[in-house]
Amino acid sequence: MIGGQAPGEFEGLPGGGSTPPTGDRGSKILAPLKAEGAGGVAIAVVSTVVVFGLIAFAVLTSSGWPAIKELFFDPTIFWDSLSKIMEKFSRNVFIFVVAEVFVLILALILAVMRSLRGPVFTPLRILAAAYTDLFRAVPTILVILLLGFGAPALQIKGVPHSDIFWAIVALVLVYSAYVAEVYRAGIQSVHPSQVASARALGLSRGKTMRFVVVPQAVRRVLPPLLNDFIGLQKDSALVGVLGYQEALRQAQITSAAEFDFTPYVALALVYIVITIPEARFVDWLVARDQRRRQAAGGV
Amino acid sequence: MTETAALAIEGLHKSFDGLEVLKGIDLEVREHEVVCVIGASGSGKSTLLRCINLLEPVNAGRVLIEGEEITARGVDVNRIRQHVGIVFQAFNLFPHMTVLRNVTLGPIEALGTTKGEAHALATELLERFGLVDKRDDYPDRLSGGQQQRVAIVRALAMKPDVMLLDEVTSALDPELVAEVLNVIRELAAGGMTMVIATHEMGFARDIAHRVCFLDEGVILEEGVPEQIFSSPRQERTQRFLQSIIDAGRM
Repeated sequence: MIGGQAPGEFEGLPGGGSTPPTGDRGSKILAPLKAEGAGGVAIAVVSTVVVFGLIAFAVLTSSGWPAIKELFFDPTIFWDSLSKIMEKFSRNVFIFVVAEVFVLILALILAVMRSLRGPVFTPLRILAAAYTDLFRAVPTILVILLLGFGAPALQIKGVPHSDIFWAIVALVLVYSAYVAEVYRAGIQSVHPSQVASARALGLSRGKTMRFVVVPQAVRRVLPPLLNDFIGLQKDSALVGVLGYQEALRQAQITSAAEFDFTPYVALALVYIVITIPEARFVDWLVARDQRRRQAAGGV
Repeated sequence: MTETAALAIEGLHKSFDGLEVLKGIDLEVREHEVVCVIGASGSGKSTLLRCINLLEPVNAGRVLIEGEEITARGVDVNRIRQHVGIVFQAFNLFPHMTVLRNVTLGPIEALGTTKGEAHALATELLERFGLVDKRDDYPDRLSGGQQQRVAIVRALAMKPDVMLLDEVTSALDPELVAEVLNVIRELAAGGMTMVIATHEMGFARDIAHRVCFLDEGVILEEGVPEQIFSSPRQERTQRFLQSIIDAGRM
């Protein structure tokens, strides 16, 4: 019930509950140049070239550079190891994509459970809170070891033996706890007046959540959701502790065989290269939502 | 009274954390009647309206709509709210939905109206209030006056028996007040039963069949607008109206 709120709380200023989040504010490093004109741009170009040139010069002429280059940036080893790493990286992609789908669903259920009002829902709220407390506290690698080795060891009929299955379950359990908190922050950021006007139309609690609260909440938390997705992506490498041959394992093997660290660098690059487009995609989603809401109708 | 009142409030009490905001309200509103509730900020006007459609649970007393006690145990509040439209000071449109979706959400999801019917009714209402060209816009694009008119249309689309208007012009720039008041005048002319909390005294005088002066949680004085505004009996009513006149608002 909405009761118990002070009477003034629903009466925020117009639009108080509906201010669109300005997702990409401050993310444009080059934006200040717009105001500077040609002179400013020239200064920016020269100063950038000078600073980065000096850094490059200092690194490349340092006495240790040849050794660093050989151990970390060997081009032959790089290209040789990259294809093997990419092959195994497809397994990581499978792990984090499948896990993410379940994380997004389970976390939303948890967040909604925790946002339910009314005394009847107390057990659900406690359950959701306990879940979050538990799986946010325990190290991800521990959960993977526990389930990946422990669950098959039970030898119970019908329980899968596949290590990859249990690894994905472990990642889903841990990341749902984080993502549930992100969703919950989004749900709480929706102004109570939005709930009041939906309920005033005669919508049930469930429909108010579904049509009014959750859609607004999810739009607001897209950037932090991406954060957790990237975290999950990186933690797919932890599955290697079960002996599963994924990309990091592959990099480790190649590195050991070649007495060289370049394969690690190659894998690091793979992670960077896939993460950047994801970040731009989310920026674009946020910007599109904002544009749509502020654009004239008719589409 | 021979006929059943559209809305009857009996001995309504409401407190927030021990602070008693409404201290026993009795009010009857007949069908097609327009009642304006006036009073200082904090006198309980908004709380009174919010209790009528159960957005605030009441502590004591009864509220009856068309003779049905809605404050009774086991009453389906969702069904009750479908018959009581409320419009808020701050519009409270859904910012992630177009105007059309804002107006059709209630009929489709709460009343179970078909999409086609809901769209037809919404379009008809938007047309009537000069908003049909905004139907595909998002609320952020609209002026305050337009947003508030959409909010009124959203409530009307539920075909309510009673409309509650909670200081619907207080958040508007002065030049936008008239367009919203005109919509309400039109509703009154069409026979809509309304309870209006307002600071627009001229408007209240104009539109109300009856005016209630709410003071410290009770209806201190009520009567026809003529009487309340021209010869208020209670000293507190006189002082309140004098302060409005002093502020140049009447």
